[in-house]
Amino acid sequence: MKLKLKKLSFDAKFDIIRFLVAIAIAVLLSFVIILLVSEDPLLALRKLYLGPLESFRRFGNVIELAITLSFAGISVAVMFSANQFNMGTEGSFYASAGLAAMVALSWDMPPVISPIVSILMGGMLGAIICYIPALLKEKFGASELVSSLMLNYVFYYLAKYFSYREAFKDPTCGYPATYLLPDNAKLAQFIPGTRIHTGIFVLILVLIAICFFMYKTRWGYALIQTGRNAQFAKFAGINTAVVVAYSQLIGGFVGGMGGAVEVLGMYDRFQWQSLPGYGFDGIVVSILAKNKPQYVPLAAFFLAYLRIGADKMATSTDVTSEMISIIQGVIIMLVAAQAFLAGKRQKMLVKEIRKNG
Amino acid sequence: MENEILAMRNIVKIYPNGVVANKDANLSVKEGEIHALVGENGAGKSTLMKILFGIEQPTEGGIFLHGKEIHLKSPLDAIDHGLGMVHQHFMLVESMTVAENIVLGAEPTKGLSLDKKKIIKDAEAIIKQYNFSVNPMERVRDLPIGTRQKVEILKALFKGAKILILDEPTAVLTPQETEELFVELNGLKKQGHTIIFISHKLNEVKELCDRITILRNGTTVGTYNVSDVSQNEISNLMVGKNIEWEITKQPAKSGEVLLEGSALTVVDEAKRTLLDNVSFCVHAGTILGVVGVEGNGQSELVDSITGMRKPDAGSIYLCGKDITKTSIKGIRSAGMAHIPQDRMERGAAVESSIQDNLFATFTDDPRLTNGPVLKTKEIEKWSADLVKKFTIKAASPAIQVKMLSGGNIQKVIVARELSSNSSVIIADQPTRGIDVGAAKLVHEQLIKMRTEGKAILLISADLAEVMDISDSLVVMYGGRFVAYFPDARKVTENELGQFMLGLKKQSAEEIARCME
Repeated sequence: MKLKLKKLSFDAKFDIIRFLVAIAIAVLLSFVIILLVSEDPLLALRKLYLGPLESFRRFGNVIELAITLSFAGISVAVMFSANQFNMGTEGSFYASAGLAAMVALSWDMPPVISPIVSILMGGMLGAIICYIPALLKEKFGASELVSSLMLNYVFYYLAKYFSYREAFKDPTCGYPATYLLPDNAKLAQFIPGTRIHTGIFVLILVLIAICFFMYKTRWGYALIQTGRNAQFAKFAGINTAVVVAYSQLIGGFVGGMGGAVEVLGMYDRFQWQSLPGYGFDGIVVSILAKNKPQYVPLAAFFLAYLRIGADKMATSTDVTSEMISIIQGVIIMLVAAQAFLAGKRQKMLVKEIRKNG
Repeated sequence: MENEILAMRNIVKIYPNGVVANKDANLSVKEGEIHALVGENGAGKSTLMKILFGIEQPTEGGIFLHGKEIHLKSPLDAIDHGLGMVHQHFMLVESMTVAENIVLGAEPTKGLSLDKKKIIKDAEAIIKQYNFSVNPMERVRDLPIGTRQKVEILKALFKGAKILILDEPTAVLTPQETEELFVELNGLKKQGHTIIFISHKLNEVKELCDRITILRNGTTVGTYNVSDVSQNEISNLMVGKNIEWEITKQPAKSGEVLLEGSALTVVDEAKRTLLDNVSFCVHAGTILGVVGVEGNGQSELVDSITGMRKPDAGSIYLCGKDITKTSIKGIRSAGMAHIPQDRMERGAAVESSIQDNLFATFTDDPRLTNGPVLKTKEIEKWSADLVKKFTIKAASPAIQVKMLSGGNIQKVIVARELSSNSSVIIADQPTRGIDVGAAKLVHEQLIKMRTEGKAILLISADLAEVMDISDSLVVMYGGRFVAYFPDARKVTENELGQFMLGLKKQSAEEIARCME
């Protein structure tokens, strides 16, 4: 272990320290708040931190949510790695979920083939959605942050309009929703007692493919260098405009796949009434994973665990689940804040530099 | 020391990104003197002054005012202690009047509103006191640069500055404005003010200053009476070439033309001609040196040759092939290597590892890649070899570049560029601000490339370097070539200086010889 730590770069080492301290502080803070607000603080704490382990079904919930958050996190991590603050994953998730449902309802396809087609179509739509902000930036210098946020609404309403048109809308439903998805189209839930679905295998494939792409191909290499220093990348002969374009296409594709997988694995029909928020959760996950896809599942599991724990706490005690937003906010703030532990970091840095001469 | 007003002792500054900007920097300023602070770009002048003005906090070391240690947490602290700074890029509100700018931050008020009359009266008083020729009622946006600078100085004086820091104040001025500034600065000195004058124009330092502190690599080399050192000595101390290196090179074996520029012209957005109809040839096995005071078109020349910026007119030929409109990647694969002037921004991705930095221009190399797939093992081995071969001081190639010293960062860049087997090498200030050992390695490598029959274009502000290494020389002034010397050994520094300052110019026929 000691040898391994030595191999880590200075920044990686420090990030681990900062991450652990941030979690410790957040946990401590949750103790304090729960002590203050709850009639039965011990029960609330137990539900929050151990609730997901209480039953098989609960733990299944954690995994289900982690699958969704992982797709979103990988999507954001790829786009952020190119130093593009594209928020389009949110719109991709919704629109692609809607499209996947429409594809499944429109074409009668055999099992296995049907979900593959739906997921790929969803991915393509997601790619387009996330590519538009990059295109607008390249052509008109529009900030990708602003344009992607706005476009999320455009695609939200477009997808809502098309999915709940007469051709797809189930009139027997009391709220806007599509007809029931055919069984052939759905991702099978294969662990009895949970809703864990075959989307997890899709996720594993995507994760392996993305890690290979990022670290083992020249395209991924170009993407990472462009994100770290675009001027240097240009100087070295990398076509940064192309790199930015494919990074957003790929990131969007993964986001779109995530939306499709979510609707085919977890729902009987497409029935989202508003943006699901997974795209923004993806940003949280990606920040926790330091934009490194290989750490995304871990970060997603961590966040999913907290969320499910908070739900459990809210249903069985007097502390509401919003509690978890505080913990999440504190961790994100401390992990992302440059100044947090900056003094400690400076001391470590000075030592390291002295050591290297 | 007698009447020492300000001292900075053993200042160390390490930025959060790992860059060591100052190391054991010392500065001692006497009351009522004009003290020059000189050093090359990246020598740590600006950081030292930012620390003195409270913009940055030192990692180690202390600041002493009248012998008492002071801690400056912000520029407001510095102003309270009687320090004033005129930045290179002015900090003025262009839409406001001169008077309003002068009092900004310390405005006289009447109840809740501004006392407009007193603003003008105060401004007029301070203008009169220091005998500056500025109209307090004019708007800053209507003023020429020289006058804006006066407003900056007045602004500092109004806030009670006794010690003024001027960061390269003459960089933006015309010669006439510079003269006027010097008269005013001498006036301030007579009234008892102390001035720290940052510059790299040594003739101005000689003309204006009493004492001089020289920085190199973030460290103070020494403080001298300006009258005791010649410009040449100062520049030697700045560059640190008091150790004479022995460059042994064989006579040039000049071959075919590998690089040719024809009538290159670059015009900026303000329609100024930065590079004016420049033509030249570089032959295989030779080094053409380009000398000139910084900002006389050298960067534009390099940028248009290397494809970083397309020239507005003219063409470039690499090994006989027109590369004027070729992409940077295309130019590189056609056989051009480029050691850039700016190592931190262009030459390296400091967040990335040494290995990733070395690999940047080898992404198509069949030894290291298999189609688009990287051969990770081979890349690791290859980069470890380069680290050894170029004596890069690092525990492993996986270390982030920002952890290295300037000299070692430059070695990484040189290792990458010179191992690419390119036929043409553009070396832009390849040894600036790096230690002697690293500089020696760079020189040896360039000479080796020349022996191997490459064509090299060397741009350097270090006269000793270009004169020693180059086979022939061109001098740039005002965006043009003003002189060509076919034999670099037959020129003196003095002679070059005259051309560099624009005092002399060769005839068109003489200059055109560099096209032969």
